[in-house]
Amino acid sequence: MSAPTKEATGSDAMVEIRSVHKSFGPLEVLRGIDLSVRAGEVTVVLGPSGSGKSTLLRTINHLEKVDQGWISVDGTLVGYRRSGNKLYELREREVLRQRTRIGFVFQNFNLFPHLTVLENVIEAPIAALGRPRKDAVAAAEKLLARVGLAEKAGAYPKQLSGGQQQRVAIARALALEPKLLLFDEPTSALDPELVGEVLDVIKDLARGGTTMIVVTHEIGFAREVADTVVFMDEGRIVEQGPPADVLDRPVQERTRAFLSKVL
Amino acid sequence: MSLTSDPPIHPPAPTEPGEKPAADEYAALKVVPVRHPWRWVAVAATAVLLAQFLNGLITNPGWEWDVFARFVTTETILHAVWVTLQLTFYGTVIGFALGIVLAFMRLSASPFLRGVSYAYIWAFRSIPLIVQLLFWFNLAYLYKELQFGIPFGPGFVAFDTMNLVGAMSAAVLGLALHQAAYAAEIVRGGVLAVDGGQLEAAAALGIPRLRQLRRIVLPQAMRSILPNAANEIISLFKGTSIVSVMAIGELFYQVQVVYGRNGRVVPLLMVATVWYILLTTVLSVLQHYVERHYAKGAVR
Repeated sequence: MSAPTKEATGSDAMVEIRSVHKSFGPLEVLRGIDLSVRAGEVTVVLGPSGSGKSTLLRTINHLEKVDQGWISVDGTLVGYRRSGNKLYELREREVLRQRTRIGFVFQNFNLFPHLTVLENVIEAPIAALGRPRKDAVAAAEKLLARVGLAEKAGAYPKQLSGGQQQRVAIARALALEPKLLLFDEPTSALDPELVGEVLDVIKDLARGGTTMIVVTHEIGFAREVADTVVFMDEGRIVEQGPPADVLDRPVQERTRAFLSKVL
Repeated sequence: MSLTSDPPIHPPAPTEPGEKPAADEYAALKVVPVRHPWRWVAVAATAVLLAQFLNGLITNPGWEWDVFARFVTTETILHAVWVTLQLTFYGTVIGFALGIVLAFMRLSASPFLRGVSYAYIWAFRSIPLIVQLLFWFNLAYLYKELQFGIPFGPGFVAFDTMNLVGAMSAAVLGLALHQAAYAAEIVRGGVLAVDGGQLEAAAALGIPRLRQLRRIVLPQAMRSILPNAANEIISLFKGTSIVSVMAIGELFYQVQVVYGRNGRVVPLLMVATVWYILLTTVLSVLQHYVERHYAKGAVR
C-alpha cells in the first residue's frame, strides 16, 4: 500500500487511515488500523477503555506519531511528506500548520484558564492563521452565539460550568474553520445533567455537514447522529458499519458483549 | 448518638433531665461558645515579653537613637543603599535571564543540553557564594586577557582582565551566576506545574512554538514561580552584604567603615537593619501586586 501524494487521491475520503500501528514501550496500542471517513460524515468510535480509540484519534492530528502506516486528511499526509519511496518527517512548524485544518476537542476541555472565553477563541486564528484581531473577534462572537454562550465572552473558564467550558472548547476548535473535527470523549468529564447541552451542539454541527470523528461512550448519541459506527477492541477495528447494523445486529461476539454491558 | 453521617431531619437537642422544651422552642435555643482559658494565659505571657522588648528599645541608652538618626540618611549611606540596589537589580535580571535559558535546556529533548544544564546547577549550588565571589575577583590571576574571536582560532578584540572585571562587575557576575542556578530550578518547577493538556491544546490549535511558551505556558507558570522568585530576590538583596568582603561600597560595607571610624557599632548596625527591612517591605508589596496580576482567571 503506497501513501498518496496530494494530487493522487481521487476518492472523496476526507480521512484515510492505512495499516497504522502504534506502541507505547512494550504495549502495542494500535495493531493495524484501516479506516476511511467520507467528507460530511459523522463517524463514532466505540470501545472499552484501553482499546486504543483515543490514541487513534490523537494520531489523526499527529499529537501521537504513528510507528507504521500512514494517515491522510483531505488528500494530504499527516506529519510526513512523501518523496519517492521515502516519508520525510515534517518540521514542527509544518505540523502545526497542518493542525489548523483539524479541530480537536479534549475530554478535559483544556481551555486556557488565564484567558477569557473570547481570548481563548481568538488566540489560534490570530497566532496560527495571522487573522486581524478585529476579524477574529467578530468571528468568535458569532461562534459563541452559535454554542449559546454569547454573553459569557468576558468570563474566565473557571467561572463556567463543565458543559459551558466544553461548548467554549468547541467554539475554539471551530474558530480555525477546520475541514475535520475530532472529539475525544467530549462528555466523559461532565456531570450527567450537562451532557445533553454539549451533545446538542455536536448534533447541530453534524446536521450542518461538518466531517467529524467522535470517540464516545454515548450509545444513544451514536445511534442518532452517526453515519458510521466503528467498534474497537485491543487496538483493532472489530466491526464497522451503519449504527443500525453495528448497534442492533452486531456480527462479532466482542461487539455484542460490549454492547450488552453499556446498553 | 448514632455514628452514621446522615443527620436526622429534626435534630433532637439533648436536654437536661426533667427539662422538656416544645418542638418550636428549638429555634430559640442559645449557642454558648467553648471557653479557652489557656489561650488567654499565652496571650498575657507573650504581651509581657513584647512590652519588655519595646521598653528596652526606648529606654536602653545603648541603642543610641540619636546616632542612628544622624547617620540613617547621610549621603554615604544613601549612596551605599543605591549600590546595594544596583547589585540586586543586575543580579536578579542577569540571574533570571540565564536561569530561564538553563531551565529550558534542562527540559530539552537533547541529553547533551540537559546534562550541561544539570552540571551547571549542580556546580553553582555546591560552591558557597563567598568562595565563588573571591574566584571572580581573582579572575585576572587565571586569565590575564579576555579575547573575543573564533573559538580556538584567532581573536579580534582583547581586553585586559584586570580592567574589564573590576570589583563591581566581579560581584555582579558572581551574584548573577549563583542566582541563575536557583532561578533555573524555580522556572523549571513553574513550567512543570502547568498542566500538560495546556501545551497539547495549544499544539492542537497550531499555535507557533514560541507563542505557546510566551502566551500559554509562562503566564500560568508565573503563578508558582512568583512566590519562590520573590524569596530569591529578597534573599539576594540581603545576600549582597556578602560582597563587602570585596571592599565594594554597598550598605553593609559602608556601615562597617563608619563604625570602624567612630566605634558606634550598634546604632550603625541598626541603620543597615532599618534599610534592609524597609526595602524588603517594598519588595513584598510589589510581590503582592505582581502576583495579583498573574492570578487572573484563577478564582471563580
